[in-house]
Amino acid sequence: MSAELEAARSAARERGDYKPMVQLVPYAAFLGVEISMHEGRQRCRLPFRAGLIGNSTLPALHGGVTAAFMENAALLHLLLQLDQDRIPKSIDFSIDYLLSGRAEDCYAECEVTRAGIRVVNAVIRCWQSDPTRPIALARAHFLLAAME
Amino acid sequence: MDNPDFHTLLRRRFAEFTPHVSECGMQIVELSAEAAVVTLPYRRDWLGDTERNVIHTGIIATLIDSACGAAVLGAIGRVQAIATIDLRMDYLRAAYGGLTLHCRAECYRMTPNIAFARASTWQDDPNTIVASAVGTFMRSPARRSQFTSSATAA
Repeated sequence: MSAELEAARSAARERGDYKPMVQLVPYAAFLGVEISMHEGRQRCRLPFRAGLIGNSTLPALHGGVTAAFMENAALLHLLLQLDQDRIPKSIDFSIDYLLSGRAEDCYAECEVTRAGIRVVNAVIRCWQSDPTRPIALARAHFLLAAME
Repeated sequence: MDNPDFHTLLRRRFAEFTPHVSECGMQIVELSAEAAVVTLPYRRDWLGDTERNVIHTGIIATLIDSACGAAVLGAIGRVQAIATIDLRMDYLRAAYGGLTLHCRAECYRMTPNIAFARASTWQDDPNTIVASAVGTFMRSPARRSQFTSSATAA
């Protein structure tokens, strides 16, 4: 894996091709997560599809999908921004839902609040059409591979 | 509230009214006023780390949100729209590829506006918990014509 991880990181950093990194994480590929850079910040996008709906009356995205997308945004951020040779492990994840997720694309950005030797604290923000109105905010801790 | 007809209906139609639950193949295997048990059969799509054969915690969060939603509706015992306010997961140990995930959720406190739920997730051994969670849900004042909000977390 570390060779694959290294290759995916090079593709992203040298050619701006983020697909190999997403493909490395089957669940991120299943959701359909895409990565791009915006003003020097790594941003994830979750293109809308009907299969992501949780409530078909409203309709609204499944709350689990929003959480899972934000966890992926954090994980992919760590994989690309830190030079870990293994995939960090999730310790915990806490999400506040602010608005119902509409049947539209979602975006997420992750900020590493603190990267220690063993543990990373990250905050993730998710929005839809209006970046100033987040639909969810989350906080996550990851265990880095260094301690194994 | 005990309402066997509603529980049977919700259990049968959970997937039908919740496209993402159907896409993932989740099923309510038990539902009562006390608790909901939801299962998620394994698929390679769920992996987060192929080298270690570890399931991504994001799909576990989706299972937990669905199970907590089902437990809250089971406790309400009738059609009502609910929305997740917050959810907190502790990933106690790795969940491995190849095994079904099971999640048992219960609504341990209900008020007219808010429902409090907690959940545990395991694979082959119910005593070996892979994730524990707590969540808070808002009960919508408007009664909807379908129970589509089941599970879900708008």
